[in-house]
Amino acid sequence: MSILAYLIPISLILGGIGLMAFIWTIDSDQYDDPQGNASRILKPDFDDHPRS
Amino acid sequence: MSTALRATPSACPACAVVPSAEALAARAVPQSAQVMLSVPAVHCAVCMSTIERGLALVPGVHQVRVNLTLKRVAIDGTPEITADGMVAALERLGYEAYELDAGQLTATTNDRHGRDLLMRLAVAGFAMMNVMLLSVSVWAGAEGATRAMFHWVSALIAVPVVIFSAQPFFRNAVSSLRAGRLGMDVPISLAILLATGMSLFETMEGGAHTYFDAAVALTFFLLAGRYLDYRTRVIARSAAEELAALEVPRAIRVVDGVETTVPIAELRVGDVVLVRPGGRIPVDGVVVGGTSELDRSLLTGESLPVWTGPDAVVSTGEVNLTGPLMVRVTAAGKDSSLHRMADLVAIAESAKNRYTSLADRAAQIYAPAVHLLALMTFIGWMMASAGDVRLSLNIAIAVLIITCPCALGLAVPAVVTAASGRMFRKGLLIKDGTALERLAEVDTVVFDKTGTLTIGAPEPVGLEAQDRGDLAVAAALAGASSHPLAQALATAVAVMGVIPAEVSALREVPGYGVEGEWRGTRVRLGRAEWLGATPLAQTGTYLAVGDASPRAFGFIDHLRPGAAEAVASLRAQGKTIHLISGDTAAAVADLAARLGIKDWVAGALPADKAERIRALTAAGHKVLMVGDGLNDTAALTAAHVSISPASALDAARVASDIVLLGRDLAPIAEAADIAVRARRRITENFGVSIAYNIIAVPLAMLGLATPLAAALAMSASSITVSLNALRLR
Repeated sequence: MSILAYLIPISLILGGIGLMAFIWTIDSDQYDDPQGNASRILKPDFDDHPRS
Repeated sequence: MSTALRATPSACPACAVVPSAEALAARAVPQSAQVMLSVPAVHCAVCMSTIERGLALVPGVHQVRVNLTLKRVAIDGTPEITADGMVAALERLGYEAYELDAGQLTATTNDRHGRDLLMRLAVAGFAMMNVMLLSVSVWAGAEGATRAMFHWVSALIAVPVVIFSAQPFFRNAVSSLRAGRLGMDVPISLAILLATGMSLFETMEGGAHTYFDAAVALTFFLLAGRYLDYRTRVIARSAAEELAALEVPRAIRVVDGVETTVPIAELRVGDVVLVRPGGRIPVDGVVVGGTSELDRSLLTGESLPVWTGPDAVVSTGEVNLTGPLMVRVTAAGKDSSLHRMADLVAIAESAKNRYTSLADRAAQIYAPAVHLLALMTFIGWMMASAGDVRLSLNIAIAVLIITCPCALGLAVPAVVTAASGRMFRKGLLIKDGTALERLAEVDTVVFDKTGTLTIGAPEPVGLEAQDRGDLAVAAALAGASSHPLAQALATAVAVMGVIPAEVSALREVPGYGVEGEWRGTRVRLGRAEWLGATPLAQTGTYLAVGDASPRAFGFIDHLRPGAAEAVASLRAQGKTIHLISGDTAAAVADLAARLGIKDWVAGALPADKAERIRALTAAGHKVLMVGDGLNDTAALTAAHVSISPASALDAARVASDIVLLGRDLAPIAEAADIAVRARRRITENFGVSIAYNIIAVPLAMLGLATPLAAALAMSASSITVSLNALRLR
């Protein structure tokens, strides 16, 4: 069972990375226009001015 | 000391308007301009491409970004681009647009509280997943040192997360206890704190059962509900701000013959402003130069334009039709009609009885019941187990967790969010949280006429009965004027295939009409008083050829698109339809006949309208009022629930619960249907959670609920109610 000593910290770190990534998406305004982004990806023309 | 006494600009509520005025002034001379427009019709990827590519071609535009969720367009460009120009460009692309005040919108874009809630939600979600996995191993049969280690790791994750994420509940619970009430947050906080505290104690003692997973899951589910609830309210609030910003108030000030466009806030009493034909009068004042006709329909409901000239008193909101007017300001900004409107709304608001929402009513029963149940369980087990505090407390906590108010905390916000999202896609903005529930109860609908059922654009009637020669002359004269009646007449005659006669020396007499020369005789088209004609009962214009007696052309209002459908489907839903207007009896009778409305009242004063609605309410009806004018404001507020179109005056939009974004009226009937279904979903969800509790609570009180059963019951009920809510989309 000593494998748990590695697995638990690893799973916590992986989950923590996910949490950090989510917090980053909140901070960089990625939820301002969810519907628009969902449609934009299906547009045939190339988006020359992606929002910075 | 002296520095401490100096107030910062935002230190007092009244000063909060100063930054907005400064922002307006700053935008008058910007290096690069940003324009924000509301485009209610944008709905798909093609719309986005059309708008972004179409506007990018306009000179001076650097960047265009459509926000599909908020139905807005943000345009960056050189200082030459103006909101009016962009609105016109969008109109050419086929989209109606309204200017928004960017200064007022920034408050909603970087919204700190929403992010804060989302962050807590994310942390709680992360912790829930990890603690749940650890708990699964405990439930699967981990024992001894392994179980103790799992408990310790869970505690390590859960305790800081509960302290961080559940703060909103703790804060609300403390403030409601201070106010001497038992809100929803008191049982929630109690359950979370007791579960965490007891589990920590059990972990230290090496006990078998901990509730860390339940404490964290409870926090997560309830935070999700809180976040949805918050978002609905933010959308409602930003909608109200957006509407306040829809009409950015500006005026043309004339100083020594020089015209400058200034924000209304900068106008002072005694300034002279120029109001161009077609423009709305921005201030209260007295006409000092020019003659014209005024459209007062938004203020009084009368569709007939009135003459105005020097020394006539004009008020904010009237529309100038024919000639330019110079107006000396007698009251501007906060002192003018704006303030009167606010007063009107405030008076009506204070008279409005408070509606208790379904969720509030449920919470009033729920909170005491839960505490009582948990306390009874604790006392019962204390007696049964001869004073075993640890066992009794454990079972009481299980009861608290199982009765988790997920149906109240999560299901109602989920239903309201789904329903308002659906309404928003149909072009309706819900400004008030309980409006949806109130709309579901409506059995009587009262419509205003001018501007609501009609768009206020006149349409000539009975042209076939007129002499074609007269029509040709009238069309020639009408073509020379920008007056709405003249333009409607010219268009209608052209549609009939009549070629306008050759009329020379055309001249517009502002405020009266148009005159010219036709085959050597003087011909005039205009107001009845000018030509000495007997006025019609309805809106009309008159034609005089030489000295012959004048001919009259009658007009009726165009129906708003979807008005007939809305009336028909509301009637099909079993609702009674009334029409109350301030217009003349002839005009109202005609419209009522066209729509098949039997109950109509003409010539109603604002007080009459409100009085009739009160009478209907007193007779036990739940009234939906649909209106747009200042004269409707009191009626809108007196009604059980109210809707106004986006073209309505600010006061009417502020007073109403729901705002219709597009020109089409048909969504009103759909909205009533959505509201009924949303209400049904809410009651269904209460039913579901009551059913869960009837099964689970007795088991928990008997001490049969393990942490596994508690976790299952809680997650299952939360997920069921959320899925049920989503069926509405």
